[in-house]
Amino acid sequence: MAEYKRPTSEAEFKKNFKQKKTLMNDTEAHYESSRCLFCYDAPCIQACPTHIDIPLFIKQIQTNNIAGSAKTIFDSNWLGNACGVVCPTGVLCEGACVYNHQDVPPIQIGRLQNYATNKLIEAKTTIFSPGKSNGKKIAIIGAGPAGIATACELRTLGYEVAIFEAKEKPSGLTVYGIAPYKITNEEVLKEVEYLQDQLGFTINYNSPITSKDQLKKLEKDYHAIFIGVGLGITATLKLEGEEKKGVIGAVEFIEELRMHHHKIKVPNKVVVIGGGNTAMDAASEAARMGARKTVLAYRKSKEQMGAYGFEYDLAISAGVDSLFNATPIAIVGKTKVEGVKFAKTEIVNGILETNMNNVFIVKCDMVIKATGQAKQGSLYELIDQLNIDSQTRIAVDKESFQTSNPKYFAGGDAVNGGAEVVNAAFEGKMAAKGIHNWLSK
Amino acid sequence: MADLSINFAGIKSPNPFWLASAPPTNSGYQIMKAFEAGWGGAVWKTLGVPVINVSSRYGSVNYRDTKMMGFNNIELITDRPLADNLREIEEVKKYFPDHAVIASLMVESRSEWQQIIKDVENAGADGIELNFGCPHGMCERGMGSAVGQEPTVLKTIVEWVKEAANIPVITKLTPNISEIVDPGLAAYQGGSDALSLINTIKSIVGIDLDTYAPLPVVDGKGTNGGYCGPAVKPIAMNMIKDLAQHPEISKIPISGIGGIETWRDVVEFILLGATSVQVCTAVMHYGFGIVREMEAGLRQFMDDKGYETIYDFAGKALPNITEWKHLNLKHKVIAEINTNKCVGCELCYIACDDGAHQAIALSNDLTNRIPSIIEENCVGCNLCSLVCPVEDCISMVQKDDGKQNVTWEERTLADDVPTTFNDDRAGGKGHFVPKPTDALK
Repeated sequence: MAEYKRPTSEAEFKKNFKQKKTLMNDTEAHYESSRCLFCYDAPCIQACPTHIDIPLFIKQIQTNNIAGSAKTIFDSNWLGNACGVVCPTGVLCEGACVYNHQDVPPIQIGRLQNYATNKLIEAKTTIFSPGKSNGKKIAIIGAGPAGIATACELRTLGYEVAIFEAKEKPSGLTVYGIAPYKITNEEVLKEVEYLQDQLGFTINYNSPITSKDQLKKLEKDYHAIFIGVGLGITATLKLEGEEKKGVIGAVEFIEELRMHHHKIKVPNKVVVIGGGNTAMDAASEAARMGARKTVLAYRKSKEQMGAYGFEYDLAISAGVDSLFNATPIAIVGKTKVEGVKFAKTEIVNGILETNMNNVFIVKCDMVIKATGQAKQGSLYELIDQLNIDSQTRIAVDKESFQTSNPKYFAGGDAVNGGAEVVNAAFEGKMAAKGIHNWLSK
Repeated sequence: MADLSINFAGIKSPNPFWLASAPPTNSGYQIMKAFEAGWGGAVWKTLGVPVINVSSRYGSVNYRDTKMMGFNNIELITDRPLADNLREIEEVKKYFPDHAVIASLMVESRSEWQQIIKDVENAGADGIELNFGCPHGMCERGMGSAVGQEPTVLKTIVEWVKEAANIPVITKLTPNISEIVDPGLAAYQGGSDALSLINTIKSIVGIDLDTYAPLPVVDGKGTNGGYCGPAVKPIAMNMIKDLAQHPEISKIPISGIGGIETWRDVVEFILLGATSVQVCTAVMHYGFGIVREMEAGLRQFMDDKGYETIYDFAGKALPNITEWKHLNLKHKVIAEINTNKCVGCELCYIACDDGAHQAIALSNDLTNRIPSIIEENCVGCNLCSLVCPVEDCISMVQKDDGKQNVTWEERTLADDVPTTFNDDRAGGKGHFVPKPTDALK
């Protein structure tokens, strides 16, 4: 039985999607920052994909040099504010904190990071300025974390930057795909606006790049192009009845939820298919939207799920039930979903096998498929000599993030196959440096 | 059950915990409240010539999350009418005949001293404390530390006081001098029945970074204050040791003052020869209730060690405090890291490498960050054990057999003073000092 009342107003929505990592107040930040040991060669820095000098920014909070602290953060990670709350810090910086070895709670690095950057964003304090113009222009496809990071870094290096974004808001999955209890839309958008105000890059919204002609024009008008298009729509499961009304991809479901909050209707019984972090988010969100029964179904065992343990725990605490070792074989119902037919699975000689003699139906009114997103393959086909790996990821040089077509660079989910915001932010920054090195030759 | 009562130069008190002459002893109300809370005595806020105080009087030194590690004030002696104070002394003594009420005094001329002594004796004070220590304001008028810094003047005033006094006289000394024995001896020779120390240390606790004024700020300006609180305890203890080890001065009792807050502080002062202790900052920080912890801890210590009165252990540390030339040059300790407790912060490594003797190596094992001691380079300086954030993780282990004892003085007397630099602990056998260019690796 779900614990959440169906939200009918923005206030009720906010209550059900209460922020997990709340903004620290000055007193909390003062005491928390005082606990940092300032480790040598600190493990938290090593654990951060963007290698933020964490002991330094915490010391700067402690000495009330908040602008300096935020600069330390942004210097390594252009999305430092968002990452402070959306990063899985428990398995990154905070997981590496040495305090863990003596069962002392680790420093709340993420919240401190969010505290410092939020202060500057709220005060609109200028700490960055564009580099001296070098007369060169770069186009960026996609205003997600990778694209924004690339743009910021390139601006500091003196490039003129134009971003082409298919949707109407910037920051990609940070605004369209992160669970609402991790960060609010307002906070995500404020950070991008803060960076844009200081660094002055252009974002062209509702401007998808879908044709060869468009690409030709970009190639002609710009010195280099960065691809930060992320992943596409939820991939099909090729299940019987998958087209029925009430079957939706997790990415599409979360996007609807983030854009329309309490105005979307989640029915009473929901089945979520998948075992990754997105599945956990979708299940937790369905429960918070007031579904009376939400079942999380995964074809393998609990231990084999790709999701972080804390994400699973969060879903369970929201009232989600779980079903393991069951694979969907059909969506049942007349025109509309009425249930999912599952078959039990088992591992035989190390191979997952479906036992068609053990089949059952879980009744539901909605099915959310959190089984992975398709790649943006149709775009890649339009680019000459662009190498794609066996998993339809854009192949890049590990240092420069340059693709096989030297004019194109790429980063983020399109390259890594789907990772955290922080990974995209890092790759975008690296790609900008790669572009600069290439154009400086 | 330990007997905490004392007879301090004829002043009887149910325990050695006295409030120092300061804001907490400004009124009969406060002192009665303190006695109710468990304090054995109180030195009344200094009575004397009329004064006018300023607004904004205290400043503090905070260390990370610790407030008031050091504290200073620019407040003067009492600004309440003498008659009020005398009436309240009488009233307190009526309610608490067995508690010690000591009148702190500060006036100028012989006749003023002798008059005010009569006044406080008539009011029922158990003793007198001469304030020769206040290092701000009053000293500019030739009183307070101006007296404490001139042994001959100090001695003269003690003599005036002793001519008139029928109750015990304690001389309170200022630490703002180069040799505490000089005023201590002058007080003793002038006939003082006891000493108390330290008064506050001349200080500037901070500068406002916007107005460039010292703290506490009085309308854009400031002045040196008197420093006290936990930060001054080591200075106080050294001065008490100097007096307690002096063959003549040690004939009169010492009331220890300076940063006392816990039972451990109390025991340490007693071990150095103090037979009453005075407290101010801890009360200004936590209130009179702080005495509960001191009393409970002192009793526990005495019961554990089998002491019946504080005189059983007063001064017990003094024989062990000697001059450097009497230390055993053959004693050798080296650091040992408890690998089960080490959290891998590597603070010991960097402290030793940058701040001491390059005697700690980082782990070669990629699976842990546990440093190791380079025994031939460890001089036993203790630094690593001091910076280690884990309880009982780094210990200093004795390596000599304890059979040899050679001191510098013995070598001097034996005409065995080294003529070359041949200390094994400075680049001798096994011990190495890295080449300057090794820093650039």
